[in-house]
Amino acid sequence: MVNWANFISQVFNGLALGALLALISSGLTIIYGTLGVLNLAHGAMFMLGGYAGYVAFGYTGSFVLAVIAGSLFVALVGIGMERLIIRHFYDRPHEDQLLVTFGLGIVFVEFVRLAFGSQSQIVPPPPLLAGITSLGFMFYPTYRLAVVGIIAVALGALFIVLYRTRIGMIVRAGIEDSTMVDALGINVYRVFMIVFGIGAMAAGFAGIVNAPVVSLTPGIGDDILVQTFVVVVIGGVGSFPGAILGGLIAGEIISITSMFNPGYAYVMLFAAMTLVLVLRPYGLLGTRGRE
Amino acid sequence: MAKRLFEQGMRSAVSRRALLQGSAGLIGGTMLSGGLIRPAAAVGQDPIGTWPAGSQGDTVFIGVSVPRTGTYAVQGEDELKGYQLAVEHINEGNELVTKVSPKSKKGVLGKQLKLGIADSAAKPNEAVQAQQRFISENKAVMITGGTSSAVAVALNKLAQREKVLFVCGISGSNDTTGKDCVRYGVRQNFFGQTAAAAIAPVLVKEFGKNKKVAYMTPDYTYGHTVTKSMQDNTAAAGWTTVTNQVSPLGAPDFSSYLLNVVNSGADILVNVNWGHDAVLSIQQAKQFGVLDKMKLVVPYQVPFLARETGGLMQGVYAATDYWWTLEDKFPLAKMFNTAFEKKYGYKPEWGAENAYISFLHWARMVEEAGSFFPPDVIKAYEKETTIPSLVGDVQYRKEDHQCIRPVIIVKGKQQKDMKGKEDYYDIVEVVPGKELMQKPDAFGCKLGEYT
Repeated sequence: MVNWANFISQVFNGLALGALLALISSGLTIIYGTLGVLNLAHGAMFMLGGYAGYVAFGYTGSFVLAVIAGSLFVALVGIGMERLIIRHFYDRPHEDQLLVTFGLGIVFVEFVRLAFGSQSQIVPPPPLLAGITSLGFMFYPTYRLAVVGIIAVALGALFIVLYRTRIGMIVRAGIEDSTMVDALGINVYRVFMIVFGIGAMAAGFAGIVNAPVVSLTPGIGDDILVQTFVVVVIGGVGSFPGAILGGLIAGEIISITSMFNPGYAYVMLFAAMTLVLVLRPYGLLGTRGRE
Repeated sequence: MAKRLFEQGMRSAVSRRALLQGSAGLIGGTMLSGGLIRPAAAVGQDPIGTWPAGSQGDTVFIGVSVPRTGTYAVQGEDELKGYQLAVEHINEGNELVTKVSPKSKKGVLGKQLKLGIADSAAKPNEAVQAQQRFISENKAVMITGGTSSAVAVALNKLAQREKVLFVCGISGSNDTTGKDCVRYGVRQNFFGQTAAAAIAPVLVKEFGKNKKVAYMTPDYTYGHTVTKSMQDNTAAAGWTTVTNQVSPLGAPDFSSYLLNVVNSGADILVNVNWGHDAVLSIQQAKQFGVLDKMKLVVPYQVPFLARETGGLMQGVYAATDYWWTLEDKFPLAKMFNTAFEKKYGYKPEWGAENAYISFLHWARMVEEAGSFFPPDVIKAYEKETTIPSLVGDVQYRKEDHQCIRPVIIVKGKQQKDMKGKEDYYDIVEVVPGKELMQKPDAFGCKLGEYT
């Protein structure tokens, strides 16, 4: 009964979907892990990356420049957001943090709607990567294949920053115990600002890299935000490898379930999240006490 | 203990006295206002819904809910423009209004219309909340708006409960005037059954019999009923369903559904998705090579789809409520297009057309009834009078409050044949509505009470 060609296609597609989710979620999870702030504007960061890239593409016609512009713009927005607003919320209850980031998300989305309207905008893939590639067992859009590679490189870069640099070491130490890091004489606030910038940049980068796959609308980040939360919960809050594992699991669940009954793709995703919450409340690769 | 009992006695005595005073005043007040202000046509009627409170001043309030955010935002904005133009025209007594509603002067029964606008985000609970507020706080005499049949069905129920007429905006589900129909709801636009019955013969003629079909269906009442109607109406020609890809409203990616479509061996892809879901799924279908393998059909056309998909609708068949080039055939369409384009700078699509004409039809019914008294307005619809629309004469069917109106079959023009930047479609056929309609009770409509 199972169509094996389709099954292999779906497993592969799950990997591609999962890679994107992994990148966005890693931004969300390192911000939460370090700062303790759940950034509900993260979906809006993803959207902003796409639009900033779209504008840059309009001016330069270069996709590479669009990616750079999209990522840097969102990194700056993230840094600005942290300095001007989020910083005042570190000592306030979680509910306040949720409300302020949620509000900021709405402001960003509506600002973009005001400037560009609700109609979708298209960023074409670079000409080299347009078209369809035969993988032998299936045909797959060339650009989507490239996205898997691009995201793998980006995740690799994030890994090096987090695990092989001094700032990365401080960030990871901050995730474990930020009070202790502060006591060691490190300027935690400066670290927080950088982390927020990097986390936002991951979403912005994903936004513009993903733009040729979808079409941009102001609400594009809203749906992805929900999936991102699921990924973070499955993988473990604050865990970078957890975000990658969670992303891949979520991508595979959506793809493979859709093969049997597409109506249940999202049901299964949330069922998996529920299962993880029951059996391992701190997530697959999370650490007890961090949730 | 005794002291407390005494106090309680005092308190209840005071409140009883206040109650008596209050109710006397209340009764007097009601008698006074009832005797003085009731419109002549409905003398002796008990208050119902927002009547007569909502129509006692110089203006009457209309509640509008359209999606301004989310998957259907683009279509919602267009719809809203249709409502706003209708109100402007009715208030100034525009010539187009008098052509549809001969008794109309300025306003409706001499009262100016005022719109309250809310964003439904295409979510039933948000639409119901907003309209409930318009009814209780603003005494809306009519509620309208659309896009998403889930919202339409929810507002149908609200309208029937509150006894305030709901003039349905865009809604394609068979259920809206089928199993979820209500006495207090009317719908102008085409829907699953009429769309399928109109487009099926055209498709069979173009593509032949015994085709394998893949469906893409949004997971709510609109999607399921339109897909069902397409399956039913093409079954006689031997068309079979090889896969039906059901997806949630606002899905961020269609890749996994499209892979199933690619691997299904279908000849034809019938895409029932709507709004941005349609844009995204068609763009991604192109990316996955689906459009090179099979023919795309859009049975329930999406306003702005051709514009947003950048050429992917070329050669594609679709059923719709309205396309602006009908102005060559229908003078009222020409008048509407001209006025709309002058105000908004683009050609109206069917969301705006449906909003505009259904509003004018309502104005006509109120003028015919001579009163805002809801049962009288409903009975004016139920007279089944033949009335003008932008696409020729139409009538509302008394059994289910569905407008019997033509369905327009269009085909996407090739780039080289386009005579202007908004000349996206050729009109293939204007199919008369009567023969497309199901039997009045086929979808289980029971209208419910007037009062």
